[in-house]
Amino acid sequence: MPFDVGFALGILPILLKGAVVTVIATFGGFAGALVGGAVVAAANRSRLLVLRLFARGFVYVVRNTPLLVQLYFVFYVLPGFGITIAALAAGILGLSIHYSAFTAEIYRAGIGAVPSGQFEAADALGLNLWQKWVLVVAPQAIRPVLPVLGNYLIGMFKETPILAAITIIELFGAAQDVAGKTYRYNEPYTLVAVIFLLISIPCSLVVRRLDTTRKRA
Amino acid sequence: MTDVVDVLTRAGALLPLLAQGALVTLEIAAMSLVAAILVAFVVGTARLSAISAIRVAALVFLEIFRGTSLVVQLFFFYFILPLHDVRLSAEATAVLAIGLNLGAYGSEIVRSAIKSIGKGQIEAALSLSLPRWITFSRVILPQALMIMLPSFGNLAIEIAKATALVSLITITDLTQTGHNLITATGETSLVWLIILLIYLLINTPLNLFVSWAEKWASRSRQGKSNAV
Repeated sequence: MPFDVGFALGILPILLKGAVVTVIATFGGFAGALVGGAVVAAANRSRLLVLRLFARGFVYVVRNTPLLVQLYFVFYVLPGFGITIAALAAGILGLSIHYSAFTAEIYRAGIGAVPSGQFEAADALGLNLWQKWVLVVAPQAIRPVLPVLGNYLIGMFKETPILAAITIIELFGAAQDVAGKTYRYNEPYTLVAVIFLLISIPCSLVVRRLDTTRKRA
Repeated sequence: MTDVVDVLTRAGALLPLLAQGALVTLEIAAMSLVAAILVAFVVGTARLSAISAIRVAALVFLEIFRGTSLVVQLFFFYFILPLHDVRLSAEATAVLAIGLNLGAYGSEIVRSAIKSIGKGQIEAALSLSLPRWITFSRVILPQALMIMLPSFGNLAIEIAKATALVSLITITDLTQTGHNLITATGETSLVWLIILLIYLLINTPLNLFVSWAEKWASRSRQGKSNAV
């Protein structure tokens, strides 16, 4: 079956509508992961053994099980406990949980790179916990890991097609819909691949640029 | 107490089928790992080729397979290859897609490991007038392999996780078996919980391997620098 350009142009609006959902899920999931990762990283530094063990266990489980199964867990198991959320919300929650494990490790590396003198100076100046962490440590810890976080944002964007498995009509889900209704697979799936490339390659170039300018600075 | 016994008997009833699914997952993961390592070596060394056409081709391959996601590639191969009269079983499609996708990521492991071998090693080999092939296979590769080993362990973990996606192209792996069992028994929470545990069980030895390989690689590198 040859590639029909007319048909491809015809389904483009449907796919772009799906792409909007993809973008929402990506940024929603990333925002959740930035916050969730901070919570896990904080638990990891806690004086309470229980919290530290919880953080380690969480990171281990999340990093060693498939995102797809984690999404099924959020989507199918939570309703059993009386928590019913829309598919897109479940998807964003699943992405947030999954990527929290990775952002937590990134934060940990960033915090580890802040010289201990900075902590001591903050203590010596009598700064409170909030001032010490938010005003002194965080700016120094986050700037060097920004490119890594950027790479994870791109990585998350590329993993959003998995959301179609829990009935979310994002870019890939929209293509599946078209393919299912028209029995034409070539155009929708090729278009999805092209759209992903058109977005992810420039983004990774930007991150690489960011990384090299940072290293030079 | 009776609750625990009850849950365990219910879990016990589910286990035989889930174990069968896990076996399919392991099979596909093992074949995909072999394919990915092959792709990683071919593309990774091609990136370092002296011929610019080969370098560019490898880079284009890398950007295409890293720039689109595995799900998209799986569906692309599953639905579009048959249109071009390439008919593969679902399993073969899965191994091909995972091998190419994670092989693309793996090629960066190979490339950076080879590049990290000091220039002095190559110059020494040159001054001993070793042929290029011997320089690569006897001098550079053994040292590079040591550096690659932990990263390949991590790649194996990524592959084991990636196999869950093959359930989307009709393969009855661990994840798909879960779906089927839930339809049959309605044990939603229990099934997904057991499946998470089985994936952990599969990946735990790989994690141990990675930490062992990291220690081994750093120790033998230190040993080498002491000798010098």
